[in-house]
Amino acid sequence: MAVKVRIPTPLQRLTEGKEEVEGKPGKLIDLIMELDKQYPGLAERVSENGKIRRFVNIYVNEEDVRFLNAEETEIKDGDEVSIVPAIAGGRGI
Amino acid sequence: MGYVTGLKCRECGRQYEIEPIYVCEFCFGPLEAVYDYQKIKKAISRKKIENRDENLWRYKELLPIDKEPQAGLYSGFTPLVKADNLGKELGLKELYIKDDTVAHPTFSFKDRVVAVALTKAKEFGFDTVACASTGNLAHSVSAQGAKAGFNRFIFIPATLEESKITSSLVFEPHLIAVDGNYDEVNRLCSEIANRYRWAFVNINIRPYYAEGSKTIGFEIAEQLGWKAPDNVVVPCASGSLLTKIWKAFKELKEVGLLRSAHTRVYAAQATGCNPIVTAIKNDTDVIRPIKPDTIAKSLAIGNPADGYYAYAAVKESGGYGEEVTDDEIVEGMKLLARTEGIFAETAGGVTVAVTRKLVQQGYISKNEVTVICVTGNGLKTREALDGKMASPIYIKPNIDAFEEVLKRI
Repeated sequence: MAVKVRIPTPLQRLTEGKEEVEGKPGKLIDLIMELDKQYPGLAERVSENGKIRRFVNIYVNEEDVRFLNAEETEIKDGDEVSIVPAIAGGRGI
Repeated sequence: MGYVTGLKCRECGRQYEIEPIYVCEFCFGPLEAVYDYQKIKKAISRKKIENRDENLWRYKELLPIDKEPQAGLYSGFTPLVKADNLGKELGLKELYIKDDTVAHPTFSFKDRVVAVALTKAKEFGFDTVACASTGNLAHSVSAQGAKAGFNRFIFIPATLEESKITSSLVFEPHLIAVDGNYDEVNRLCSEIANRYRWAFVNINIRPYYAEGSKTIGFEIAEQLGWKAPDNVVVPCASGSLLTKIWKAFKELKEVGLLRSAHTRVYAAQATGCNPIVTAIKNDTDVIRPIKPDTIAKSLAIGNPADGYYAYAAVKESGGYGEEVTDDEIVEGMKLLARTEGIFAETAGGVTVAVTRKLVQQGYISKNEVTVICVTGNGLKTREALDGKMASPIYIKPNIDAFEEVLKRI
């Protein structure tokens, strides 16, 4: 089993149009960096210098990672990660 | 004319053309207007401004329009009331109320932002304007949109007070009452804004709209004789107003109209909706969204879009933030009314009550120049005072009955 990562519409260009991709368990920031190898450009859109961008919200199983351990949040097998631009509404999700 | 060179992402700095857009395509940060301050510096002077009509367009060079103003031609330039009676109550020597209870045409500071938004909407060629609102914005877009000849779609939370609904409906917009709170209404509107080519004043026109709030700061400085106050207490909903008032003082300094912009900016919220004040108190720039529960409905935004920037402005200016309970809000409204003869909406009760706390805690001191922003009229939130005031004294229509009462007063 892997980690499910939900990709918002504006970033789906980078994921070949996929709404959902698979990531590896571990620290959230490492998961993002790992995904970037497969989908180049993804990491810089959602993070900068190893930090999640201010207007990008990331949820792990519905919980905002800012209230977990932010970039360092441990993601386990079977977890669901959602990337949601703060402007949300129809544009993002 | 036109002194705006483009839009710029507040987060990553990417530049964009002047268009009805509001979000950075790259990092999703908010966009803001960029001005050519050198050019503005050459174009304006205190004297030039003072000779203009008394409305918010006297600062037009510092507002994001390209042609002449086309809406809100009578908005702004509200009184800066010297509040000696209230000052005595609070223990302040030089206190002022920036009184937007008499803003034209709909009695709240939203008439400022809407004046700018509708002018910009005309420049972009829109025929329909829309907004998500807790009340005040709805009134202003309904009214000013009528005068400027726009189709209007107004989205409000269905739980809004009856009096606030009437104050929009009278202008005959399409008023859509949504079964949800303000944050949900806003989310729905973002979706609608993506589907229809309308000017949503607080969505796709937001970078321009928000700039209108600066005029409160410009006016305060001019009305104090071109001086920035030592303290300004600002109510926070999205946090935009506070951010823009701080920006106003800095801009006036930048273009040479103020010698110093030393103002400390204070955030005022209700305890039932305090995400910005909580961040300030905890000294963290992470804004934790909450579910609002307060009588100050015009401030009830649980997930404030400009929360981080409001936090940053407060910190940069050396200010602070404080919150007050619903009872304290009502007490603040009554105190302002009985000392200064000003009937403010609940948000005004928030700023007055918060100022009292800030003085008691020593953040604001006696000999400084302090301005309290009162941003809306009390007739809009009359319900907040139900059962909280003394009753009239009922008598028979004869002199004996009256004199009987007089003995007891």
